[in-house]
Amino acid sequence: MTDKFKVNIDGQELEVPKAYTLMQACEEAGAEIPRFCYHERLSVAGNCRMCLVEWEGAPKPIASCAQIVGDLRPNRDGSPPVIRTKGAYVEKARNGVMEFLLINHPLDCPICDQGGECDLQDQAVAYGRATSRYDENKRAVEDKYMGPLVKTIMTRCIQCTRCVRFVAEVAGVEEIGMISRGETAEITTYLEKSLTSELSGNVIDLCPVGALTSKPYAFNARPWELRETSSVDVMDAMGAAIRLDAKGDAVMRILPETNEEINEEWLSDKSRFVWDGLARQRLDRPYVRKDGKLLPVTWPEALEATKEALSAGPDQIGVVAGDLIEVEQAKAALDFFRGLGVKNTDCRPAGAQYGADGVRERYILNPTLMGVEETGALLLVGTNPRVEAAVWNARIRKAWLWGDLKVAVIGEAVDLTYPYEHFGTSPDALNSEAAAAFLKGARKPMIVVGEAAACRPDGAAILAAAQKLAQYSGAIAEGWAGFGMLHTAAGRVGALDAGFVPADGGKATGDILGGSLKTVVLLGADEVDLSALGAAKVVYVGSHGDAGASRADIVLPSAAYSEMSATYVNTEGRVQMSTRAVQPKGEAREGWAIFRALSALFGTPLPYDTADELRGVLRGRAGENTVFSGRGYAPGAKGVSALMSGPAAPAGGPGREPFKRAVSDFYLTNPIARASRTMAECSALATSLDTAVAAE
Amino acid sequence: MLQDKDRIFTNLYGMYSPELDAARKRGAWHLTKEMLDLGPDWLCDQIKASGLRGRGGAGFPTGLKWTFMPKEVRDRPHYLVVNADESEPGTCKDREIMRHDPHLLIEGCMVASRAMRAHKCYVYIRGEYIAERHALEKAVKEAYEARLIGQNNLNGWDFDLYVHHGAGAYICGEETALLESLEGKKGQPRLKPPFPANAGLYGCPTTVNNVESIAVVPTILRRGAQWFAGFGRPNNSGTKLFCISGHVNKPCNVEEEMSVTFRELIETHCGGIRGGWDNLKAVIPGGSSVPMVPAEQIMDAYMDFDTLRDLKSGLGTAAVIVMDKQTDLIKAIARLAYFYKHESCGQCTPCREGTGWMWRVMERMVRGEATHDEIDTLLDVTKQVEGHTICALGDAAAWPIQGLIRHFRHEIEERINRYRAPRAFVQGATVAAE
Repeated sequence: MTDKFKVNIDGQELEVPKAYTLMQACEEAGAEIPRFCYHERLSVAGNCRMCLVEWEGAPKPIASCAQIVGDLRPNRDGSPPVIRTKGAYVEKARNGVMEFLLINHPLDCPICDQGGECDLQDQAVAYGRATSRYDENKRAVEDKYMGPLVKTIMTRCIQCTRCVRFVAEVAGVEEIGMISRGETAEITTYLEKSLTSELSGNVIDLCPVGALTSKPYAFNARPWELRETSSVDVMDAMGAAIRLDAKGDAVMRILPETNEEINEEWLSDKSRFVWDGLARQRLDRPYVRKDGKLLPVTWPEALEATKEALSAGPDQIGVVAGDLIEVEQAKAALDFFRGLGVKNTDCRPAGAQYGADGVRERYILNPTLMGVEETGALLLVGTNPRVEAAVWNARIRKAWLWGDLKVAVIGEAVDLTYPYEHFGTSPDALNSEAAAAFLKGARKPMIVVGEAAACRPDGAAILAAAQKLAQYSGAIAEGWAGFGMLHTAAGRVGALDAGFVPADGGKATGDILGGSLKTVVLLGADEVDLSALGAAKVVYVGSHGDAGASRADIVLPSAAYSEMSATYVNTEGRVQMSTRAVQPKGEAREGWAIFRALSALFGTPLPYDTADELRGVLRGRAGENTVFSGRGYAPGAKGVSALMSGPAAPAGGPGREPFKRAVSDFYLTNPIARASRTMAECSALATSLDTAVAAE
Repeated sequence: MLQDKDRIFTNLYGMYSPELDAARKRGAWHLTKEMLDLGPDWLCDQIKASGLRGRGGAGFPTGLKWTFMPKEVRDRPHYLVVNADESEPGTCKDREIMRHDPHLLIEGCMVASRAMRAHKCYVYIRGEYIAERHALEKAVKEAYEARLIGQNNLNGWDFDLYVHHGAGAYICGEETALLESLEGKKGQPRLKPPFPANAGLYGCPTTVNNVESIAVVPTILRRGAQWFAGFGRPNNSGTKLFCISGHVNKPCNVEEEMSVTFRELIETHCGGIRGGWDNLKAVIPGGSSVPMVPAEQIMDAYMDFDTLRDLKSGLGTAAVIVMDKQTDLIKAIARLAYFYKHESCGQCTPCREGTGWMWRVMERMVRGEATHDEIDTLLDVTKQVEGHTICALGDAAAWPIQGLIRHFRHEIEERINRYRAPRAFVQGATVAAE
């Protein structure tokens, strides 16, 4: 039996796989099929009836989205079935459906945010009538509350149920559904409560009409006024592909782009709605503290003041890099401070115990994000992917829902939207029989260790134990490196790759911030405990006025991620470039340039004058193979040999203390998110929901 | 005319007890084990040979439908689901079977289950049928107690029967919506393919049959396929329950031979048309979903699948709705349009939007508050609904209106003229609708 099937589409004979839907086959034949309810990442509903095509001999037109090619029958004479996607018959059917969709759809395109990027609008041009034959009153539907992110104008809804299928299948929270029947059918959230998903914003993209639109973006801009820039997201360590839509000097909205290997086409709510944080609380000029107050100064004054603060002597200086640091800044800062002889540099503000030995495979997600679709057993250690990498969690759910993935968790037993085995809340469960039995014999088993596990005092022991478990349970084998770290910070892997760890004899974050140093430089590090700094002088380089800036004595403003073309390395070790969408705010400069300027002031200029030259240094000489020479690709199982031998396990092994959360509030993990009103609203709502549950 | 000795439903009017002992005296549960022992192939062949066509409306050959089930049970169990969600306006035949002859149905379920290698059967009863459910449940209990069905029963085929009560939605009578509802979901039809014989209830091979189709099976097998095939014209064989309502002198439910003429059916069982045959205006011969047939065409027509199909109507469930000349046909069809608007599930576009549109136009046409070209628009709308939906409810909503316009367009036009005559300066519906 061949798995190919011959069809004749619009007179063109072609062979397609039997499992194809007729719609796919038609598209392969170059025919365009209009659709509303069909979406390639959701189950087939077949209810909009827009994709009707003609099958010669069939009594009625068939919905091409739901028809499997293999279910078609050849003609009696054995010739392939004849499908027509054009012609009067098909046109009539589609025109009819379009007319039905429009009779109860309001004519409010001029005030609709979907206008200009609306499927219904576009297809009405092709299939709609010039005038209406419908003389009755139009239906009106009450708007529903869907939380602070999704605005609803339900009269516009065409009941395609994409949103219903998305939340049920991808997001894993069955909170949207259709109630009533017939023409009174309405889409609503359960009891009109806010969605509890981290992916709820995606229903805005899915909605083919203007029924679900973005609440924060409402009435702010028209799609044709926006400048689109493809870039990389930094709200978590996945590095999702995004599009920054800007008008003038402001980012007006953020949309996902398709990257099959990372985010498919989804985006978490934090990444999507953080944009108002890019315009608030910004450090747009340098400040120096005089008499207890931060006063605006010019760049030369600020750099002079910094030079003075850095005269304390290399042993008295410590540098901590924050979560959002881009590789260029990390590299320039490291080169500069090493040039001064500073050894106390660290890019692990939470005190994580990875990266010190320089073995890259021990701190990246070797099996890759896509690896969950290959593995049969996934063990999560001290990580909650639902909040640490929300889009990846949807991929895990997908592998569980459509594949045969089994998941087990060591750590807090939270709702991950899919069932899992729970081996305990403390890391000593890594040595349990159950964990080993779960992995052994499974197809390509996979262990993922989270930030919360690495940041404990026994972090090194946990990492060693997890890797050892991976070694003897078959997770590390030829062609499969089933052990990895799931990071929470977009800048972490890049900074580690740049070598931003204490030099020999240098101090790590905890000691740098312990009050023993005279000068501390914070590179966007705000999620650290600054209370023990004592009298130390603090130089803060960053984009937002957050905890670090308010403690700082000198503030050097730098560009945010939307304002520079910079390199980020995601948790898989994939090197990606963001693209500048708008200019840096005010006098802010790209991070690397600040250190280039400082180095000139010290009389030892860094050996690069542009960001491109700096990246050239990172890439290495021609023919040289460095981490940064391959862009856009995750090393995956390449590093499996490095994982064959484990790190020496520290004495004591993993402790019995339960894991804590790496991310306590999904919506407020970084200075940009904390500056966002939308995120504050989401956080308040999520917290109140949590409390309500706890009180029960 | 059907002889009393050839009736299958001998207790259709509840003259005798529906209980097991009485049913046995009427012939139920006789030789059941022997039938089951002859195996699925024999059973399917017999039903095929009898020419039994599905009694739920579509008239698909029942024996053929059974053979679509997989030939052996693999990893998934087989199910028989009996559609007792009898909600079609005008239809009331399954109700009488479940009330008065439930044992014929239960026995039929068991035989049919054997024929498709199913050990479990679900009967999905319409929400409004409270008494029927009680009657059927009582009979099921009797059958269990007599060890006629159940595990290790006397008939030698493990068989469980569950009665499920619907919630009163017409759409749940559509077979895939029924399966959805039975699974506990919202009753919305599924896309086909896959057909239930491949993936039905809980994704397992399933056959959905009408109550009457199943209840006649044991008698057919006892008396022989040839006996059953001997009634009616070729391809339309057997006996059939007719539900005659409307403007006849004695509306009734009656078992008759297929292909009986309309005149004979009415004269013999219903005491004639109210006001005589000249007073007959139109007939809806198969439940509300089929187009009406005007008097002159139906009077001497055979009541069977093929004749009525040729009259551009259908036998449907054989619910004959008779309308005399007093009937306001437009209003009657408007009421049916309202029914379909009310019962549309809302899943697919043409039916969700089209049924409401059609009903609203029909309501205006009842008053005559329309224009002549709106009749063509309405006809066009029905064509846009028909055949473009997932299930047949869209077709069912379109057909009665098409039948009305096909045969009684002049009445609609007259109504419009009458409405407009005293309003000479009104420019028609555009003004009136505002």
